[in-house]
Amino acid sequence: MPTYKLTVNKKKYEVNADADTPILWVLRDHLNLVGTKYGCGIAQCGACTIHLDGKATRSCVLPVSSIGNKAITTIEGLSEDGTHPLQEAWATHDVPQCGYCQAGQIMTAAALLASNPKPTEEEIVTAMQGNICRCATYNHIKDAILTASRK
Amino acid sequence: MNTTTYNRRSFFKVSAVAGGGILFGFNMLTAQKTEAGVAEVLADANQINGYIQIDSKGIVTIMSANPEVGQNVKTSMPMIVAEELDVAWKNVIVKQAPLDTKNFVRQVAGGSQSLRFSWKALRTAGATARQMLINAAAQKWGISPSECTTNEGVIRNSKGQTVTYGEIAAEAVKMEVPKDVPLKNPKDFKIIGKNTTNVDIKAITTGKPLFGLDYKREGMLYAVALRPPAFGQTLASFDDKETRKVNGVKDVIKFGNKIAVLATSTWAAIKGQKALKATWTGDTKAESTEEHDKKMLAFLDTPSSAPKRNDGDVKTAFANADKVLERTFHGPFMPHNSMEPMNFFANVTADKAELVGPTQRPEETRKQVATLLGMKEDQVSVEMTRIGGGFGRRLMWDFALEAAEISKLAKKPVQLVFTREDDMTAGLYRPATKYKFRVAIKDKKVTAYHLTGTGINGQNFVRETFFPAGAFENLLMESHNVESKITTAPWRAPITNFLAFAEQAFFDEVAREIGADPVQFRLDLFEQARVNAQKGMKFDYDVDKSIGVIKLAAEKSNWGKAEKGVYQGFSAYYSHNTYVAEVAEVVMQNNQPVIKRIVCAIDCGIVVNPVAAINQSEGGVIDGIGHAMFGDFSFVDGKPQANNFNKFRLIRMSEVPKVEIHFVPSLNDPTGLGEPTLPPVGAAIANAIFAATGKRLYSFPFAKELGMQGS
Ligand code: FES
Ligand code: FES
Repeated sequence: MPTYKLTVNKKKYEVNADADTPILWVLRDHLNLVGTKYGCGIAQCGACTIHLDGKATRSCVLPVSSIGNKAITTIEGLSEDGTHPLQEAWATHDVPQCGYCQAGQIMTAAALLASNPKPTEEEIVTAMQGNICRCATYNHIKDAILTASRK
Repeated sequence: MNTTTYNRRSFFKVSAVAGGGILFGFNMLTAQKTEAGVAEVLADANQINGYIQIDSKGIVTIMSANPEVGQNVKTSMPMIVAEELDVAWKNVIVKQAPLDTKNFVRQVAGGSQSLRFSWKALRTAGATARQMLINAAAQKWGISPSECTTNEGVIRNSKGQTVTYGEIAAEAVKMEVPKDVPLKNPKDFKIIGKNTTNVDIKAITTGKPLFGLDYKREGMLYAVALRPPAFGQTLASFDDKETRKVNGVKDVIKFGNKIAVLATSTWAAIKGQKALKATWTGDTKAESTEEHDKKMLAFLDTPSSAPKRNDGDVKTAFANADKVLERTFHGPFMPHNSMEPMNFFANVTADKAELVGPTQRPEETRKQVATLLGMKEDQVSVEMTRIGGGFGRRLMWDFALEAAEISKLAKKPVQLVFTREDDMTAGLYRPATKYKFRVAIKDKKVTAYHLTGTGINGQNFVRETFFPAGAFENLLMESHNVESKITTAPWRAPITNFLAFAEQAFFDEVAREIGADPVQFRLDLFEQARVNAQKGMKFDYDVDKSIGVIKLAAEKSNWGKAEKGVYQGFSAYYSHNTYVAEVAEVVMQNNQPVIKRIVCAIDCGIVVNPVAAINQSEGGVIDGIGHAMFGDFSFVDGKPQANNFNKFRLIRMSEVPKVEIHFVPSLNDPTGLGEPTLPPVGAAIANAIFAATGKRLYSFPFAKELGMQGS
C-alpha cells in the first residue's frame, strides 16, 4: 500500500492506504476524524463535505491519491473551539434534529460564506442544494446561514 | 445509606454520593399501553432508568434514558425534571444513560410517544426530589416543610434563612421518600415552554463522535454484507477469490443467505463486497409492483367477511343515492432512508454479547440477540448511541442480529456497516397500499361512506376509530392483506402517512361535488360526530380539539381570501393523540405548480420546548411534502428499482416552502409531535395543486403525475 502525506486541520499525517480509497474513509477509519459523515458514497447528499484548499468538496468520491499538497479542513478543524459564526448560528437557531447531516451542511455553508460573505437567500439555496437533510431542517439551516452572514 | 420506596406506579431510590451529594434514581416511565406496539412497555415498573444527581455545589446532572433520534427527548425530558425540581437550567448537565449497567435497567423508545408516556413520571421524580430537599432543610431549621419555598435551587424559610440544594444534599439522603408530592400548576412553569437549545448542539456542530457509525473498539473489524439482490432469492453459491485479494480484507463469512466481508477499513470491506461473485436462486416473479398492484386492485372490489367497522345500513344508503362518488388512491413502497445508514457494533464471546449502536428498541434488541445466540438476556448488553434518523426503521433489529451473528462467527468485535445501496435495498419498507373510497350522495348530503384498504404485509390498513368514523351514520371500513416476501416496517406515522392523504384529498373532491366549502364541510362533519356521540357512537378523537385546529389553520392562512394567483388547499388529520390542520398555498410558475407556504395548526397539549417542537413539526411537514412529491419506489422480480439518492429523490432546499407552525395554547399533558404533522400535508398540497391546475392527484409521487421535470 502506498503512503500519502496529508495536511488535515493544519496537522501533518502519513497514511498507508490504497490509491483509490476515498479521503472520507481515510479521515474516518485511518485518522479517527469521524465528524465527516458517510451518507451516499456517490456525491449526492453532501454529508461528507470537507474543504480542500478552502473549497467545499465531497470527500466520498475523492481518492486519497488525488489530494497532493492540498490542505484538508474537516468539521473538527473549522474553528479552534467551535465558535465559527456558523457553529454559533446553528445553536442560536437550534438547527439539528438527528444531527447526522449537519457537519456537511456547515462545511458547505462555511465555504459559501468564505467566498461570498453576504449571500442572498437565492445564493444560499443554490449553494446548499447538494446537501440533503432527511430530517428536513432546511428552513432553519437557511436562517442560520443568514444570521451568520450578518455577523 | 439507601432509601427506597415503592408504590404501584413508581419507584424511587436515594443514595449518597461521595463529596456530599445526593443521587435520586427513578423510573422514567410508568407502565402504560402503547399504540400499535411501537413503544416498549415496562413489564415491571420496579426498575430504575432515570437519575438526578445533585452535587455539593448544586450542579444537577440528569440522565436522559431515551434514545435520541432527533425528537429532542434528550433535552426536553430533563427540562421536565428540572422544572419540578426547581433548579436553574444553566446548572443542569444532561447525560445519555447507557443501557444495562446494574443501575440503568432499561430504556424506552418509540417515536412520538416518548414524552407522552414519561411526562407524569418525570414530573413526579423532580417534585419528589425537591420535597426531600425541603424536608431536610425544614428539619435542620426545626420548622414545618410548609414554611419553606424554593427558587432555582435555593430553599428559603419564612424568617428569610436560605440553604442551597447542594448544601442540604447530604442531609436529604437520610430523609424518608415522601409520597403523593403535589406537582406544579402548569401556569407556573418556568423552564417548560421556554426555548431550550439541544444539549448536544456543540458536539454536533464540532463533529464529535456521537453516532453508531462513529463507534470504534480496539481490534475491531469493519463488516459489509452481501444480501440477496431480490426478495425471494436464496444464496446458491459464491466465489470470494477476488475479495480475498483486496488489501485489508481479513475474512469472508457466509451467514444464512448472506456473505459478510470483514476488513480493517470500511472501504476495504466495501471493495471486498463488490468483488464477491454470488449466484442466487428462487422464484421472484410474484414480487413485482405490477403483480402486487393486480392483487391489491382485486381486493379493492372484494367485500371483506370481517369488516373493521360497519355502522348503520350502508347498502340501502348507496341504493338510494342520487350519486355515488368513487375514487382509488395508490401508495408505493417507501424506504426510510435515515441519513445515517443502518449499522451496529457487536462483540460476541463465549459467555457474553456486547452490542453498541443506533437503536430505538434497545430492550427488544437485547431479547432478540439473546434468542439468536442462545444466551440469557443478562449475558447481552445493548448500549445506545445517538441515532442519525429513524423514521421507524430503527424500531427494527435485523441489523443488530446480523452484527451479532457475524461477530460470533468471526470471533471478533465487528462494526457492521450498510452502504447506502444496502440500506435502500435490504428491505423493511413502508408497505405499498391502495384505498378505494365511495360515498353515497343524496340531496347534496353524504349519506354513506365506504372505505376499502389493502396493502402489503399489514394487519389493518384502515383506522376505524379515527375520523370520519362517527361522522356518518352509515359507514363501512374494510381491509385486506396481500402477503409478500418483501419485508415491511413502520414508517413515520404508519398507515396514516398515506391514508390521511387519500382521505383528505377525497374529502376535498366530495366537498366540491356537493358545492360546500372544504373547511365548512369538515366542520359540519365534526358537528355531526358530536351529535352521533351523544347517540352512543364510539370513536377515538375529540370533536372540540378537531374543530379547534381547523379554525386556527383557516384563520392563520386567511382561508378563502388568498391573494390573486395563490391557490389554497386544506387538510386535517388526527394521529398519535395530536390534532393537526394544514393549509397549503401554491402558485403557478412556468406552468408548474410551486408550493410556497404551509400553515400548520397543532394541538399537542403543553409544548415542552417550543424551538424543538417547531423544528420537528416543520420536519414532519417537509418530509411529507418530499415523499408525496418525489417518493417513488418499485420492484421488478423482487428487485428494488432504486438503490441510492441519484435514483430515489429526496426533497432538497430549493423545493422547501415556508412553513408556519401555530400551537393551540393548552394546559393538557403533552402528546406526540414526531409524526402527526406528516399525514395531512400530502392532501393539503394535492388540494392546492387541484385549485391551481384543475388536476386531481391519486398517486405518489405527484411530480410524476404532473409530468414535472426531473421526476
Ligand atoms: S457521502 Fe459524499 S455526498 Fe453523500
Ligand atoms: S438533522 Fe437529521 S439528516 Fe439533517
